[in-house]
Amino acid sequence: MSVLILADHDGRQLKAASRRAVGAAKAWNAPIHVLVVGDDTAAVAAQAAALEGVTRVLRVDAAHLAHPLAADVANIIKALAGDFQVILAPHATLAKDVLPRVAGLLDVAMIADAIEITAPATYVRPIYAGNLLATVESNDPIQVVTVRATSFAAAGDAASPAAIESLPAPAADTRVRWVSESKNVSERPELASARVVVSGGRSFGERFEELLGPLADQLGAAIGATRAAVDAGFAPNEQQVGQTGTVVAPELYIAAGISGAQQHLAGMKDSQVIVAINHDPDAAIFQVADFGLVADLFDAVPQLTKALEQ
Amino acid sequence: MKILVAVKRVVDHNVPVRAKPDGSDVELDGVRMNINPFDEIAVEEALRLKEKGIATEIVAVSLGSAASPEALRHALAMGVDRALTVETGGAFLQPLAVAKLLKAVVEREQPGLVLVGKQAIDNDAGQAGQMLAALLDWPQATFASELKIEGAEAVVTREVDGGVETIALALPAVVTCDLRLNAPRFVKLPNLMMAKKKPIEVVDAAETGVNFAPRVKRLKVAAPAPRKAGIKVASVGELVEKLRASGVL
Repeated sequence: MSVLILADHDGRQLKAASRRAVGAAKAWNAPIHVLVVGDDTAAVAAQAAALEGVTRVLRVDAAHLAHPLAADVANIIKALAGDFQVILAPHATLAKDVLPRVAGLLDVAMIADAIEITAPATYVRPIYAGNLLATVESNDPIQVVTVRATSFAAAGDAASPAAIESLPAPAADTRVRWVSESKNVSERPELASARVVVSGGRSFGERFEELLGPLADQLGAAIGATRAAVDAGFAPNEQQVGQTGTVVAPELYIAAGISGAQQHLAGMKDSQVIVAINHDPDAAIFQVADFGLVADLFDAVPQLTKALEQ
Repeated sequence: MKILVAVKRVVDHNVPVRAKPDGSDVELDGVRMNINPFDEIAVEEALRLKEKGIATEIVAVSLGSAASPEALRHALAMGVDRALTVETGGAFLQPLAVAKLLKAVVEREQPGLVLVGKQAIDNDAGQAGQMLAALLDWPQATFASELKIEGAEAVVTREVDGGVETIALALPAVVTCDLRLNAPRFVKLPNLMMAKKKPIEVVDAAETGVNFAPRVKRLKVAAPAPRKAGIKVASVGELVEKLRASGVL
């Protein structure tokens, strides 16, 4: 029995979630192979090979994979699938796009967003925006699984790196073309893997970044936002925390001006320590907050930033 | 071009859900149901393509339990031309079965584009669209926040980690719709009344030859462990003190 992990990376760096997916794969106590798909992925492959528990890294490099498309990546995985009983990846854009297609090609079910794994085929996963947890068992010969990275410990460093093997890339599916991308460049840590997240709601208005930015920088934190703040244009889409955005579970989550709608709570209620700052003492966010402060955020957030400087 | 839109009836997103006391399933008796919000966005996008003169006909399809026509009525009231339901005798459908039944409908209807929501808010799986694309061997674009039809191509802007990406797909294709694709129109009462008169074609799932038996066994449904009750602090100073004491700063 072997596990194949589809690595998530940005072309230069292996994402922290991939390291945690390797940690999650330990559940099977089986050889772990990591697949790195992209263009010029030597550095990423070397990072994957240096993870504890990884026995082999498979590299598939081609110019047309610089921006990997679902059809191409799914075809690569399908060709390899005969050697593996588990195909696993962190539950992020790439895997959410590719792995269901792989499962369809292999005629097997897929388990999305597992937060607990009991080998060989039992999983706990959130349903209904995390309001309930379902324990499920898959009966298929190949387990196709995405894992919620923040629910698993990251793999450590290996004593000696695993072998890296290059595989030829199949021809591109010419029916799909990558056109362009627009990524927000930020010096701050990535939201999904940040140790501290400071998040704001719509009530910040135009002062969203002005007020939360200094607090985030003071804490070395990523900035999150509610759907309402994003829809109103005060924060970019990729900052959205919740069922339809990013799910985070940092050590510290500071929710300022956030009422605590189900949709938002689904994305952050597994944080270790939750702080809520809201002027409404009855806001639902206070029910999940370890420390709640009833205050006007326009006063409290700058005060908090200042207090932390000392 | 004909567009096929798949819609699902789910627990209304504002309703808090509970597990049955024996943990066997989700308590759905007497719970308010509604069209899955992402599917409503898919219907809206299809309507806009028709209003632009790109789509000629919009067919909405719903699968499974006997009450799914509610979601179809909603789609009809929004303005889709025709609706059909695949009757499974109340069977609980998992994403792979959904994809296989949809494939059977696609083969029958021959649409040029299939629009689905990016996920259903009950099982949060997010798989049916991609699986359908795989089974049909069609290109796919997931998490669409913008969709343009340019000649024989769909140009789709997708919500991805850290930003957006634009890809172009040769039609026919499957596109899964994200929140920011559009704001669905409100259904007016007269339209809802009219939709009640429109026939909904019923297809017997047995006729499709699809094996829709579940592949994943649900062993238990339970509420997550509740969080320990927190405390209210009186000032920013006290908050910082508590955070320092708890070791997270």
